[in-house]
Amino acid sequence: MLEIAIKGSKKYWIWLGVLFAVIGAGFLVYVDQFINGLMTTAMSRDVSWGFYIANFTYLVGVAAGGVMVVIPFYLHNYEKFHRITILGEFLAVAALIMCLLLIIVDLGQPLRCVNVLLYPTPHSMLFWDMLVLNGYLFLNIVIGWKVLEAERNQIKPPAWTTPLIYLSIPFAIGIHTVTAYLYCGLPGRGFWLTAILAPRFLASAFAAGPSVLILLCYVVRKFTKFDPGWDAMQTLSKIACYALIANVFFFLCEIFVTYYSKIPGHMTHIDYMFFGLHGHNTMVPWMWSSMILMITGAILLVIPALRSNATLLPFTCIMVIIGTWIDKSLGMIAGGFVPSPLHHITEYMPTLKEVAITVGIYGVGLLVLTILYKLATTVKEEVRG
Amino acid sequence: MKKSRRSFLKAAGVSALGIGVAPAIQAVASSGSTPAAHATKTKHPEALTAERWGMVIDTSKITDEIAENIVHACRKAHNVPDLNHVPDEERYPNTRPVNHDQELKWIWEEHFESAFPDKEDEFLAERFKELPFLVTCNHCKNAPCVQACPTQATFKREDGIVLMDFHRCIGCRFCMAACPFGARSFNFRDPRPFIDEINPDFPTRSKGVVEKCNLCSERLAKGLQPACAEVSEGAIVVGDLEDPNSEVRALLSEKYSIRRKQELGTEPSVYYIM
Repeated sequence: MLEIAIKGSKKYWIWLGVLFAVIGAGFLVYVDQFINGLMTTAMSRDVSWGFYIANFTYLVGVAAGGVMVVIPFYLHNYEKFHRITILGEFLAVAALIMCLLLIIVDLGQPLRCVNVLLYPTPHSMLFWDMLVLNGYLFLNIVIGWKVLEAERNQIKPPAWTTPLIYLSIPFAIGIHTVTAYLYCGLPGRGFWLTAILAPRFLASAFAAGPSVLILLCYVVRKFTKFDPGWDAMQTLSKIACYALIANVFFFLCEIFVTYYSKIPGHMTHIDYMFFGLHGHNTMVPWMWSSMILMITGAILLVIPALRSNATLLPFTCIMVIIGTWIDKSLGMIAGGFVPSPLHHITEYMPTLKEVAITVGIYGVGLLVLTILYKLATTVKEEVRG
Repeated sequence: MKKSRRSFLKAAGVSALGIGVAPAIQAVASSGSTPAAHATKTKHPEALTAERWGMVIDTSKITDEIAENIVHACRKAHNVPDLNHVPDEERYPNTRPVNHDQELKWIWEEHFESAFPDKEDEFLAERFKELPFLVTCNHCKNAPCVQACPTQATFKREDGIVLMDFHRCIGCRFCMAACPFGARSFNFRDPRPFIDEINPDFPTRSKGVVEKCNLCSERLAKGLQPACAEVSEGAIVVGDLEDPNSEVRALLSEKYSIRRKQELGTEPSVYYIM
């Protein structure tokens, strides 16, 4: 099936060329970081995680969001998702590959990463995160590939894929739950120390994942002869809508608990993010933008006439994606680390080098996504034609 | 040319065989009764031991000068880099400019409201506002960093000291997020250009690993007091918290002491006499 990927139009090859250039540039910057250490980043003693882990957290959500097409189709026989299920699974594959790369570039000693396997440590959440992320990646590659292959040969997928598909559902929930547990099990980080963090992560994931998928449906419709179906896209937008509302609601619950109880260790982080602290207010415009984007997105999605407007929908999706991205990546890092456990304020904004390496990794993700989507859409065109 | 290639392959093959066979040889060796074949662990006869090590800092005895000496002694004993140090241009040419937010420290001075943020009080006695409070790793009984570390590079020794294996650390910095006391530092760059004078008795670190106070376990093993206690002029006492007759216990039973962020339940082993 892979031979499909090396037969393409001129546009296809130009696009791949652009991606390779972006990846190459990111790689060169990474070589500098590899040689000189993480000094090339803006991370510090107080803000010890930054842009890499922020984007990692967001992309785990995008990967988990794929389950929002798997559940309706496989558990509820929702036929309209038949065509896009494979798109959801392949999106998860691309997102997970980016996640793993972001972890690698964040390590101070990347060559020692095998130590996590050599000294398995069940009391560390990072160990479990490694297991579920790789497990979910493996499941999606196998399921996506086998189901697509069966479709191409016009036979039923092998029976053993069914239990794997069912298994992939708890794994999807698992990757984001365990990723939230990385944060919310740490004493002394008031902003993260909340039981609502995992549910909130899932809610924002189920808003962001389907929004990305809707955008990709538009791209697929424009560049291939395969039509994912407007009805499917509309259902996706409803899922994104209610997940987004849940995310905002969970956040407001957090706000209530924090400001009604007035516990300083919890208030000070949210104060910093939304109002600034002792004159440090880098995050303020970001956080308010995030709130405005998410609330506007929710309004545009919940009103049927606006949701079903095919010209408006992609813009709404972009708003949701940016809003949830700020909320979960930059916000999660800044909120957790500022102020520090000793109540010092060290602010964080990534360096250009950090951004370049991250963009390179997004390039890898887009490359994987392009190739997998090309396989999927070509096979589906073949079968129909 | 051809011959040397062949002999290289032969050597490579033999050494590969050797690697494969080594565990088998070891197994045979250990089944025999020749104790000389074993690596033996020996303890220094004067090594200081405890059931659970702890530290008591008498805040009334710490002056700015003593605090400075302590910080300096610790840096020297453990090759902790100082980013203010100007690297030797000959040995380390073209060193990039430093980011002081990426500094490293094992023990350092803080004001009361930073050392004890939960006890901040606008009517706090004046003298506490100016006093230097020395903060360091608390060697917690329930250490969150040990729990977080995915490779057991950070581990708790039986005698309560939280130690690090600098060669196993992958530099994920999960421990830094987990520590509620900000006790950990990360080597964002090669630390060696920033060490004034390298102490050959303690390893320097490479870039990309985390480090923190080790309660001078290497000195305790030789029967020496920790470097900070040694130069503290009696302000810092290190001893066995589980031994009712120890000096630290005598101090704690006599005077009122507090610990940092007790409410988190990590059970710090560093006490501050007020």
